[in-house]
Amino acid sequence: MKPVLKLLSYLGLALTVVPSFLVFYGKIPFEQHKAWMLVGTVLWFIAAPLAHRKPSTPA
Amino acid sequence: MSKQLSEQLDAIDEFEREPVPKSHVKNFKSFVGLVAGEHIAGTEFVIGPLFVLHGVTAADLFIGLLLGNLLATASWTFVCAPIAVKTRLTIYFQLEKICGYRLVSLYNAVNGLQSCVLAASMVAVSATAIGLAFNLPMPGLTDLYPTSFAWVASVLLIGAVITLVAVYGYDRVAAFSALCAPWMPLVFVAAAAAVLPQLGLTAWGDFWTVANQKIWTGVAAPGQTPYTFWHVMFFAWLCNTAMHIGLSDMSIYRYAKRPTYGLASAVGMFIGHGMAWVASGVLCALALQGGNANPSPGQIAFNSAGVAGAVCVVIAGWTTANPTIYRAGLALKGLAPGAKRWKITLFVGALASVLACFPGVVSRLDQVLAFYALVAAPVGAVIVMDLFVLPRLGLVSNYAEKTGTRFNWAVALTWLLSMLFSYALYVYTQSDFFFFMAIPGWFIGATLYVVLSKTFQKVPTAKPTFSHEARA
Repeated sequence: MKPVLKLLSYLGLALTVVPSFLVFYGKIPFEQHKAWMLVGTVLWFIAAPLAHRKPSTPA
Repeated sequence: MSKQLSEQLDAIDEFEREPVPKSHVKNFKSFVGLVAGEHIAGTEFVIGPLFVLHGVTAADLFIGLLLGNLLATASWTFVCAPIAVKTRLTIYFQLEKICGYRLVSLYNAVNGLQSCVLAASMVAVSATAIGLAFNLPMPGLTDLYPTSFAWVASVLLIGAVITLVAVYGYDRVAAFSALCAPWMPLVFVAAAAAVLPQLGLTAWGDFWTVANQKIWTGVAAPGQTPYTFWHVMFFAWLCNTAMHIGLSDMSIYRYAKRPTYGLASAVGMFIGHGMAWVASGVLCALALQGGNANPSPGQIAFNSAGVAGAVCVVIAGWTTANPTIYRAGLALKGLAPGAKRWKITLFVGALASVLACFPGVVSRLDQVLAFYALVAAPVGAVIVMDLFVLPRLGLVSNYAEKTGTRFNWAVALTWLLSMLFSYALYVYTQSDFFFFMAIPGWFIGATLYVVLSKTFQKVPTAKPTFSHEARA
Protein backbone atom coordinates (compact mmCIF):
# COMPACT_ATOMS: atom_id res chain seq x y z
CA MET A 1 0.00 0.00 0.00
CA LYS A 2 2.79 2.39 0.93
CA PRO A 3 4.50 2.34 -2.50
CA VAL A 4 1.14 3.21 -4.12
CA LEU A 5 0.60 6.09 -1.70
CA LYS A 6 4.14 7.30 -2.33
CA LEU A 7 3.50 7.24 -6.05
CA LEU A 8 0.25 9.16 -5.55
CA SER A 9 2.02 11.78 -3.43
CA TYR A 10 4.64 12.33 -6.15
CA LEU A 11 1.84 12.47 -8.71
CA GLY A 12 0.30 15.23 -6.57
CA LEU A 13 3.54 17.23 -6.74
CA ALA A 14 3.76 16.63 -10.48
CA LEU A 15 0.19 17.86 -10.98
CA THR A 16 1.05 20.96 -8.97
CA VAL A 17 3.89 22.01 -11.21
CA VAL A 18 3.73 20.31 -14.65
CA PRO A 19 0.46 21.90 -15.92
CA SER A 20 1.93 25.37 -15.49
CA PHE A 21 4.67 24.50 -17.98
CA LEU A 22 2.02 23.11 -20.32
CA VAL A 23 0.40 26.57 -20.13
CA PHE A 24 3.76 28.12 -20.93
CA TYR A 25 4.14 25.90 -24.01
CA GLY A 26 0.55 26.64 -25.06
CA LYS A 27 -0.71 23.07 -24.58
CA ILE A 28 -3.51 23.81 -22.08
CA PRO A 29 -5.45 26.99 -21.20
CA PHE A 30 -4.40 29.08 -18.17
CA GLU A 31 -7.51 28.35 -16.08
CA GLN A 32 -6.97 24.59 -16.47
CA HIS A 33 -3.61 24.75 -14.72
CA LYS A 34 -5.29 26.24 -11.64
CA ALA A 35 -7.69 23.29 -11.50
CA TRP A 36 -4.89 20.74 -11.93
CA MET A 37 -2.82 22.50 -9.29
CA LEU A 38 -5.71 22.22 -6.85
CA VAL A 39 -6.11 18.51 -7.66
CA GLY A 40 -2.36 18.04 -7.17
CA THR A 41 -2.46 19.92 -3.88
CA VAL A 42 -5.33 17.83 -2.53
CA LEU A 43 -3.64 14.62 -3.68
CA TRP A 44 -0.35 15.59 -2.00
CA PHE A 45 -1.97 16.51 1.28
CA ILE A 46 -3.98 13.28 1.39
CA ALA A 47 -1.32 10.82 0.19
CA ALA A 48 1.90 12.30 1.60
CA PRO A 49 1.07 12.07 5.34
CA LEU A 50 0.25 8.38 4.91
CA ALA A 51 3.06 7.60 2.48
CA HIS A 52 5.89 9.32 4.30
CA ARG A 53 4.83 8.50 7.84
CA LYS A 54 7.56 6.77 9.79
CA PRO A 55 6.49 3.67 11.74
CA SER A 56 6.09 4.55 15.41
CA THR A 57 8.58 2.89 17.72
CA PRO A 58 7.55 1.50 21.10
CA ALA A 59 8.39 3.80 23.98
CA MET B 1 10.05 24.58 9.12
CA SER B 2 10.13 20.87 9.69
CA LYS B 3 9.77 18.17 12.23
CA GLN B 4 13.48 18.46 12.87
CA LEU B 5 12.91 22.00 14.18
CA SER B 6 10.36 20.71 16.65
CA GLU B 7 12.95 18.21 17.81
CA GLN B 8 15.60 20.94 17.88
CA LEU B 9 13.39 23.22 19.95
CA ASP B 10 12.63 20.42 22.36
CA ALA B 11 16.34 19.79 22.57
CA ILE B 12 17.00 23.52 23.01
CA ASP B 13 14.87 23.30 26.13
CA GLU B 14 16.92 20.30 27.13
CA PHE B 15 20.31 21.98 26.79
CA GLU B 16 19.41 25.59 27.56
CA ARG B 17 22.22 26.06 30.06
CA GLU B 18 24.85 23.50 29.07
CA PRO B 19 26.80 22.59 25.93
CA VAL B 20 25.14 20.12 23.58
CA PRO B 21 26.81 16.75 24.20
CA LYS B 22 28.54 15.10 21.24
CA SER B 23 26.02 12.27 21.38
CA HIS B 24 23.26 14.72 20.36
CA VAL B 25 24.85 16.33 17.29
CA LYS B 26 22.85 16.04 14.06
CA ASN B 27 23.82 15.05 10.54
CA PHE B 28 24.04 17.35 7.53
CA LYS B 29 20.73 16.15 6.10
CA SER B 30 18.87 17.37 9.22
CA PHE B 31 20.23 20.85 8.69
CA VAL B 32 19.29 20.94 5.03
CA GLY B 33 15.70 19.94 5.87
CA LEU B 34 15.53 22.49 8.64
CA VAL B 35 16.81 25.59 6.87
CA ALA B 36 15.18 24.81 3.52
CA GLY B 37 11.76 24.97 5.17
CA GLU B 38 12.48 27.93 7.41
CA HIS B 39 13.36 30.30 4.58
CA ILE B 40 10.28 29.66 2.45
CA ALA B 41 7.83 31.86 4.31
CA GLY B 42 4.68 33.80 3.54
CA THR B 43 6.77 36.94 3.53
CA GLU B 44 8.52 35.77 0.31
CA PHE B 45 5.23 36.77 -1.39
CA VAL B 46 5.96 40.33 -0.21
CA ILE B 47 9.71 40.71 -0.72
CA GLY B 48 9.78 39.66 -4.39
CA PRO B 49 7.11 42.26 -5.27
CA LEU B 50 8.94 44.94 -3.24
CA PHE B 51 11.88 44.70 -5.65
CA VAL B 52 9.50 45.13 -8.59
CA LEU B 53 7.75 48.10 -6.97
CA HIS B 54 11.10 49.72 -6.15
CA GLY B 55 12.15 49.54 -9.79
CA VAL B 56 15.08 47.12 -9.69
CA THR B 57 16.50 46.10 -13.09
CA ALA B 58 16.71 42.42 -14.05
CA ALA B 59 20.52 42.39 -14.01
CA ASP B 60 20.62 44.09 -10.61
CA LEU B 61 18.14 41.57 -9.25
CA PHE B 62 19.81 38.38 -10.46
CA ILE B 63 23.41 39.42 -9.73
CA GLY B 64 22.37 41.00 -6.42
CA LEU B 65 20.53 37.87 -5.32
CA LEU B 66 23.41 35.62 -6.40
CA LEU B 67 26.05 37.57 -4.50
CA GLY B 68 23.83 38.43 -1.53
CA ASN B 69 22.78 34.83 -1.00
CA LEU B 70 26.39 33.66 -1.35
CA LEU B 71 27.45 36.19 1.30
CA ALA B 72 24.60 35.10 3.58
CA THR B 73 25.66 31.46 3.22
CA ALA B 74 29.27 32.49 3.93
CA SER B 75 28.12 34.37 7.04
CA TRP B 76 26.47 31.23 8.41
CA THR B 77 29.40 29.03 7.40
CA PHE B 78 32.32 31.20 8.54
CA VAL B 79 30.83 33.20 11.43
CA CYS B 80 27.78 31.58 13.00
CA ALA B 81 28.43 27.84 12.64
CA PRO B 82 32.10 27.88 13.81
CA ILE B 83 31.18 29.78 16.99
CA ALA B 84 28.15 27.56 17.60
CA VAL B 85 30.26 24.41 17.18
CA LYS B 86 33.05 25.83 19.35
CA THR B 87 30.75 26.76 22.28
CA ARG B 88 27.78 24.40 21.63
CA LEU B 89 25.65 26.92 23.57
CA THR B 90 22.58 29.00 22.73
CA ILE B 91 23.24 32.69 22.07
CA TYR B 92 21.24 33.48 25.22
CA PHE B 93 23.49 31.49 27.53
CA GLN B 94 26.71 32.54 25.77
CA LEU B 95 25.64 36.16 26.01
CA GLU B 96 24.71 35.75 29.65
CA LYS B 97 28.25 34.51 30.36
CA ILE B 98 29.59 37.69 28.73
CA CYS B 99 27.14 40.38 29.79
CA GLY B 100 25.32 39.08 32.85
CA TYR B 101 21.76 38.02 33.58
CA ARG B 102 20.15 41.47 33.71
CA LEU B 103 21.52 42.65 30.40
CA VAL B 104 20.75 39.38 28.64
CA SER B 105 17.16 39.72 29.88
CA LEU B 106 16.97 43.08 28.14
CA TYR B 107 18.37 41.53 24.95
CA ASN B 108 15.76 38.75 25.21
CA ALA B 109 12.96 41.29 25.56
CA VAL B 110 14.10 43.28 22.50
CA ASN B 111 14.58 40.08 20.52
CA GLY B 112 11.16 38.82 21.58
CA LEU B 113 9.44 42.04 20.54
CA GLN B 114 11.17 41.99 17.16
CA SER B 115 10.05 38.39 16.63
CA CYS B 116 6.54 39.60 17.45
CA VAL B 117 6.69 42.13 14.60
CA LEU B 118 7.94 39.46 12.21
CA ALA B 119 5.15 37.10 13.26
CA ALA B 120 2.71 39.98 12.73
CA SER B 121 3.85 40.38 9.13
CA MET B 122 3.29 36.66 8.54
CA VAL B 123 -0.19 36.78 10.11
CA ALA B 124 -1.03 39.77 7.89
CA VAL B 125 0.15 37.98 4.74
CA SER B 126 -2.03 34.97 5.58
CA ALA B 127 -5.01 37.24 6.26
CA THR B 128 -4.86 38.72 2.75
CA ALA B 129 -5.70 35.30 1.33
CA ILE B 130 -8.52 34.71 3.83
CA GLY B 131 -10.07 38.05 2.92
CA LEU B 132 -9.86 37.16 -0.74
CA ALA B 133 -11.88 33.98 -0.16
CA PHE B 134 -14.75 36.06 1.27
CA ASN B 135 -14.33 38.88 -1.26
CA LEU B 136 -13.41 41.41 1.44
CA PRO B 137 -11.37 44.55 0.69
CA MET B 138 -7.74 43.85 1.60
CA PRO B 139 -4.86 46.34 1.95
CA GLY B 140 -2.24 46.30 -0.78
CA LEU B 141 1.55 46.29 -0.72
CA THR B 142 1.86 50.03 -0.14
CA ASP B 143 -0.77 50.58 2.60
CA LEU B 144 0.36 51.47 6.13
CA TYR B 145 -2.81 51.64 8.25
CA PRO B 146 -5.90 49.40 8.59
CA THR B 147 -8.05 49.91 5.51
CA SER B 148 -11.36 48.43 6.68
CA PHE B 149 -13.14 46.73 9.55
CA ALA B 150 -13.23 43.54 7.48
CA TRP B 151 -9.43 43.58 7.29
CA VAL B 152 -9.05 43.96 11.06
CA ALA B 153 -11.59 41.17 11.65
CA SER B 154 -9.74 38.85 9.20
CA VAL B 155 -6.39 39.52 10.88
CA LEU B 156 -7.71 39.02 14.40
CA LEU B 157 -9.46 35.82 13.36
CA ILE B 158 -6.40 34.28 11.74
CA GLY B 159 -4.16 35.65 14.51
CA ALA B 160 -6.37 33.96 17.11
CA VAL B 161 -6.25 30.63 15.28
CA ILE B 162 -2.46 30.79 14.85
CA THR B 163 -1.97 31.75 18.49
CA LEU B 164 -4.21 29.00 19.81
CA VAL B 165 -2.40 26.44 17.69
CA ALA B 166 0.94 27.79 18.91
CA VAL B 167 -0.28 27.41 22.47
CA TYR B 168 -1.80 23.95 22.15
CA GLY B 169 -0.43 22.16 19.16
CA TYR B 170 3.04 23.22 18.20
CA ASP B 171 4.20 19.69 17.36
CA ARG B 172 1.35 19.15 14.92
CA VAL B 173 2.11 22.42 13.17
CA ALA B 174 5.77 21.44 12.89
CA ALA B 175 4.77 18.11 11.34
CA PHE B 176 2.38 19.93 8.99
CA SER B 177 5.17 22.35 8.03
CA ALA B 178 7.39 19.40 7.10
CA LEU B 179 4.57 18.12 4.90
CA CYS B 180 4.30 21.49 3.12
CA ALA B 181 8.04 21.94 2.55
CA PRO B 182 8.31 20.16 -0.85
CA TRP B 183 4.96 21.51 -2.10
CA MET B 184 5.34 25.24 -1.37
CA PRO B 185 8.33 26.04 -3.62
CA LEU B 186 6.63 24.16 -6.46
CA VAL B 187 3.58 26.43 -6.13
CA PHE B 188 5.86 29.48 -6.48
CA VAL B 189 7.58 28.05 -9.57
CA ALA B 190 4.35 26.85 -11.17
CA ALA B 191 2.51 30.12 -10.61
CA ALA B 192 5.34 32.11 -12.20
CA ALA B 193 5.76 29.75 -15.16
CA ALA B 194 2.04 29.82 -15.94
CA VAL B 195 1.78 33.63 -16.08
CA LEU B 196 4.89 34.25 -18.17
CA PRO B 197 2.99 34.02 -21.49
CA GLN B 198 0.65 36.80 -20.24
CA LEU B 199 3.75 38.97 -19.81
CA GLY B 200 4.70 38.23 -23.41
CA LEU B 201 7.20 35.42 -22.85
CA THR B 202 6.58 32.34 -24.99
CA ALA B 203 10.16 31.13 -25.54
CA TRP B 204 12.84 30.87 -22.87
CA GLY B 205 15.30 32.61 -25.20
CA ASP B 206 13.33 35.83 -24.80
CA PHE B 207 13.35 35.71 -21.01
CA TRP B 208 15.94 38.43 -20.52
CA THR B 209 14.19 40.84 -22.85
CA VAL B 210 10.78 40.34 -21.23
CA ALA B 211 12.32 40.46 -17.74
CA ASN B 212 13.78 43.89 -18.46
CA GLN B 213 10.79 45.29 -20.33
CA LYS B 214 7.89 43.89 -18.30
CA ILE B 215 9.04 42.71 -14.86
CA TRP B 216 12.16 44.33 -13.43
CA THR B 217 11.98 47.45 -15.54
CA GLY B 218 14.21 49.77 -13.52
CA VAL B 219 11.29 52.17 -13.02
CA ALA B 220 10.01 52.53 -9.46
CA ALA B 221 6.27 52.70 -8.75
CA PRO B 222 4.98 56.15 -7.74
CA GLY B 223 5.97 56.96 -4.15
CA GLN B 224 8.65 54.23 -3.96
CA THR B 225 12.39 54.98 -3.73
CA PRO B 226 14.41 53.39 -6.54
CA TYR B 227 16.46 50.32 -5.55
CA THR B 228 19.75 49.32 -7.18
CA PHE B 229 22.04 46.28 -7.27
CA TRP B 230 23.41 47.32 -3.88
CA HIS B 231 19.96 47.36 -2.27
CA VAL B 232 19.24 43.85 -3.58
CA MET B 233 22.62 42.43 -2.59
CA PHE B 234 22.61 43.92 0.90
CA PHE B 235 19.00 42.91 1.46
CA ALA B 236 19.65 39.30 0.38
CA TRP B 237 22.80 39.16 2.51
CA LEU B 238 21.52 40.91 5.62
CA CYS B 239 17.78 40.28 5.89
CA ASN B 240 18.73 37.45 8.27
CA THR B 241 21.44 39.43 10.06
CA ALA B 242 20.06 38.47 13.47
CA MET B 243 20.42 34.80 12.55
CA HIS B 244 23.92 34.71 10.98
CA ILE B 245 26.27 37.55 11.99
CA GLY B 246 23.93 38.38 14.89
CA LEU B 247 24.45 34.72 15.92
CA SER B 248 20.92 33.82 17.04
CA ASP B 249 21.21 30.65 14.92
CA MET B 250 23.85 29.43 17.37
CA SER B 251 20.80 27.80 18.96
CA ILE B 252 20.47 25.59 15.88
CA TYR B 253 24.06 25.19 14.64
CA ARG B 254 25.34 24.12 18.08
CA TYR B 255 23.94 20.73 17.03
CA ALA B 256 26.17 20.66 13.90
CA LYS B 257 28.92 18.07 13.75
CA ARG B 258 31.20 20.47 11.88
CA PRO B 259 31.20 24.22 11.10
CA THR B 260 30.91 23.39 7.39
CA TYR B 261 27.27 22.46 8.06
CA GLY B 262 26.65 26.20 7.71
CA LEU B 263 26.66 25.45 3.98
CA ALA B 264 23.20 23.90 4.46
CA SER B 265 21.86 27.45 4.59
CA ALA B 266 22.56 27.75 0.85
CA VAL B 267 19.53 25.56 0.13
CA GLY B 268 17.22 27.88 2.07
CA MET B 269 18.80 30.95 0.54
CA PHE B 270 18.70 29.96 -3.10
CA ILE B 271 15.21 28.40 -2.95
CA GLY B 272 13.48 30.75 -0.51
CA HIS B 273 15.41 33.96 -1.08
CA GLY B 274 16.25 33.34 -4.72
CA MET B 275 13.72 31.35 -6.64
CA ALA B 276 10.71 32.40 -4.49
CA TRP B 277 11.56 36.12 -4.69
CA VAL B 278 12.01 35.92 -8.46
CA ALA B 279 8.73 34.00 -8.83
CA SER B 280 6.71 36.37 -6.62
CA GLY B 281 8.23 39.31 -8.52
CA VAL B 282 6.93 37.84 -11.77
CA LEU B 283 3.44 37.50 -10.23
CA CYS B 284 3.52 41.10 -9.01
CA ALA B 285 4.50 42.34 -12.48
CA LEU B 286 1.42 40.62 -13.90
CA ALA B 287 -0.81 42.36 -11.33
CA LEU B 288 0.76 45.73 -12.23
CA GLN B 289 0.26 45.03 -15.92
CA GLY B 290 -3.41 44.30 -15.17
CA GLY B 291 -3.81 47.78 -13.70
CA ASN B 292 -3.61 46.79 -10.02
CA ALA B 293 -0.92 49.14 -8.72
CA ASN B 294 -1.29 47.97 -5.13
CA PRO B 295 -1.89 44.19 -5.06
CA SER B 296 -2.07 42.11 -1.88
CA PRO B 297 -0.07 38.86 -1.53
CA GLY B 298 -3.35 36.92 -1.52
CA GLN B 299 -4.48 38.50 -4.80
CA ILE B 300 -1.08 37.90 -6.40
CA ALA B 301 -1.17 34.20 -5.54
CA PHE B 302 -4.87 33.64 -6.29
CA ASN B 303 -4.75 35.31 -9.70
CA SER B 304 -1.86 33.14 -10.83
CA ALA B 305 -2.42 29.83 -9.07
CA GLY B 306 -6.10 29.86 -8.08
CA VAL B 307 -7.30 28.31 -4.83
CA ALA B 308 -4.03 26.38 -4.39
CA GLY B 309 -2.12 29.69 -4.55
CA ALA B 310 -4.33 31.29 -1.89
CA VAL B 311 -3.93 28.17 0.27
CA CYS B 312 -0.16 28.45 -0.19
CA VAL B 313 -0.20 32.05 1.09
CA VAL B 314 -2.18 31.04 4.19
CA ILE B 315 0.02 28.02 4.91
CA ALA B 316 3.32 29.83 4.21
CA GLY B 317 2.34 32.60 6.61
CA TRP B 318 0.90 30.28 9.20
CA THR B 319 3.70 27.71 9.36
CA THR B 320 6.36 30.38 9.80
CA ALA B 321 4.33 32.58 12.17
CA ASN B 322 3.93 29.71 14.60
CA PRO B 323 7.61 28.99 15.34
CA THR B 324 8.25 32.75 15.34
CA ILE B 325 5.61 33.22 18.03
CA TYR B 326 7.06 30.23 19.88
CA ARG B 327 10.58 31.72 19.74
CA ALA B 328 9.33 35.15 20.81
CA GLY B 329 7.64 33.46 23.76
CA LEU B 330 10.88 31.70 24.71
CA ALA B 331 12.81 34.97 24.47
CA LEU B 332 10.30 36.92 26.56
CA LYS B 333 10.13 34.15 29.14
CA GLY B 334 13.51 35.40 30.37
CA LEU B 335 11.71 38.47 31.72
CA ALA B 336 9.28 36.40 33.74
CA PRO B 337 10.96 33.06 34.46
CA GLY B 338 8.10 31.98 36.74
CA ALA B 339 5.35 32.51 34.15
CA LYS B 340 3.86 29.57 32.26
CA ARG B 341 5.07 29.30 28.68
CA TRP B 342 1.53 29.06 27.31
CA LYS B 343 0.55 32.35 28.93
CA ILE B 344 3.53 34.11 27.40
CA THR B 345 2.80 32.52 24.00
CA LEU B 346 -0.80 33.73 24.29
CA PHE B 347 0.42 37.26 25.09
CA VAL B 348 2.91 37.22 22.20
CA GLY B 349 0.27 35.91 19.78
CA ALA B 350 -2.23 38.58 20.86
CA LEU B 351 0.39 41.32 20.46
CA ALA B 352 1.41 40.00 17.03
CA SER B 353 -2.26 39.88 15.97
CA VAL B 354 -2.84 43.51 16.98
CA LEU B 355 0.35 44.62 15.18
CA ALA B 356 -0.73 42.66 12.11
CA CYS B 357 -3.79 44.91 11.76
CA PHE B 358 -1.36 47.58 10.51
CA PRO B 359 -0.41 46.68 6.94
CA GLY B 360 2.72 48.79 7.43
CA VAL B 361 4.40 45.76 9.06
CA VAL B 362 4.15 44.14 5.62
CA SER B 363 4.52 47.11 3.26
CA ARG B 364 7.56 48.29 5.23
CA LEU B 365 8.89 44.81 5.86
CA ASP B 366 12.28 45.68 4.36
CA GLN B 367 12.67 48.51 6.87
CA VAL B 368 11.45 46.37 9.77
CA LEU B 369 14.06 43.74 8.90
CA ALA B 370 16.72 46.42 8.51
CA PHE B 371 16.03 47.77 11.99
CA TYR B 372 16.24 44.20 13.29
CA ALA B 373 19.65 43.92 11.57
CA LEU B 374 20.95 47.12 13.19
CA VAL B 375 19.95 45.88 16.64
CA ALA B 376 21.35 42.36 16.18
CA ALA B 377 24.66 43.05 14.42
CA PRO B 378 26.56 44.54 17.41
CA VAL B 379 25.50 41.64 19.63
CA GLY B 380 27.08 39.15 17.24
CA ALA B 381 30.22 41.31 17.10
CA VAL B 382 30.48 41.27 20.89
CA ILE B 383 30.44 37.46 21.02
CA VAL B 384 32.99 37.09 18.20
CA MET B 385 35.38 39.57 19.84
CA ASP B 386 34.88 38.04 23.25
CA LEU B 387 35.75 34.55 22.03
CA PHE B 388 38.59 35.28 19.64
CA VAL B 389 40.12 38.71 20.28
CA LEU B 390 39.89 39.51 23.99
CA PRO B 391 42.05 36.57 25.14
CA ARG B 392 44.80 37.63 22.67
CA LEU B 393 44.81 41.10 24.20
CA GLY B 394 45.12 39.76 27.72
CA LEU B 395 41.49 40.61 28.49
CA VAL B 396 38.94 38.32 30.10
CA SER B 397 36.40 36.39 28.03
CA ASN B 398 33.03 35.57 29.59
CA TYR B 399 33.57 38.47 31.97
CA ALA B 400 30.20 38.23 33.72
CA GLU B 401 30.66 34.55 34.43
CA LYS B 402 34.12 35.09 35.86
CA THR B 403 33.30 38.15 37.97
CA GLY B 404 29.69 37.44 38.90
CA THR B 405 28.49 40.75 37.47
CA ARG B 406 24.86 40.86 36.34
CA PHE B 407 25.21 43.85 34.01
CA ASN B 408 28.36 44.25 31.92
CA TRP B 409 28.56 47.94 31.05
CA ALA B 410 31.08 47.33 28.28
CA VAL B 411 28.48 45.28 26.41
CA ALA B 412 25.57 47.62 27.21
CA LEU B 413 27.43 50.69 25.98
CA THR B 414 28.72 48.82 22.92
CA TRP B 415 25.19 47.85 21.99
CA LEU B 416 23.71 51.31 22.52
CA LEU B 417 26.56 53.32 20.96
CA SER B 418 26.81 51.00 17.93
CA MET B 419 23.15 51.57 17.15
CA LEU B 420 23.50 55.32 17.66
CA PHE B 421 26.66 55.54 15.52
CA SER B 422 25.07 53.41 12.82
CA TYR B 423 22.03 55.65 12.77
CA ALA B 424 24.21 58.77 12.71
CA LEU B 425 26.15 57.29 9.81
CA TYR B 426 22.86 56.56 8.07
CA VAL B 427 21.79 60.19 8.44
CA TYR B 428 25.23 61.63 7.63
CA THR B 429 25.62 59.63 4.42
CA GLN B 430 21.99 60.37 3.48
CA SER B 431 21.56 56.69 2.82
CA ASP B 432 18.10 55.47 1.79
CA PHE B 433 18.51 51.94 3.17
CA PHE B 434 19.15 50.90 6.76
CA PHE B 435 20.70 47.62 5.60
CA PHE B 436 23.76 49.49 4.33
CA MET B 437 24.57 50.25 7.99
CA ALA B 438 24.44 46.70 9.34
CA ILE B 439 28.02 45.79 8.37
CA PRO B 440 29.50 49.13 9.58
CA GLY B 441 27.38 48.58 12.73
CA TRP B 442 28.99 45.16 13.22
CA PHE B 443 32.52 46.58 12.93
CA ILE B 444 31.68 49.60 15.10
CA GLY B 445 30.35 47.15 17.71
CA ALA B 446 33.49 44.98 17.48
CA THR B 447 35.81 47.96 17.92
CA LEU B 448 33.80 49.54 20.71
CA TYR B 449 33.58 46.29 22.64
CA VAL B 450 37.36 45.81 22.64
CA VAL B 451 37.99 49.44 23.66
CA LEU B 452 35.27 49.45 26.33
CA SER B 453 36.36 46.07 27.72
CA LYS B 454 39.88 47.47 28.08
CA THR B 455 38.34 50.43 29.95
CA PHE B 456 35.84 48.63 32.16
CA GLN B 457 37.42 45.27 32.91
CA LYS B 458 38.89 44.82 36.36
CA VAL B 459 41.03 41.89 37.42
CA PRO B 460 38.54 39.08 37.94
CA THR B 461 38.01 37.72 41.39
CA ALA B 462 39.22 34.25 42.04
CA LYS B 463 35.78 33.07 42.99
CA PRO B 464 33.62 32.41 39.95
CA THR B 465 30.01 33.11 40.81
CA PHE B 466 27.44 32.82 38.11
CA SER B 467 24.57 31.16 36.53
CA HIS B 468 22.01 29.60 38.83
CA GLU B 469 23.17 31.45 41.95
CA ALA B 470 23.19 34.75 40.08
CA ARG B 471 19.53 34.32 39.19
CA ALA B 472 18.45 33.90 42.77
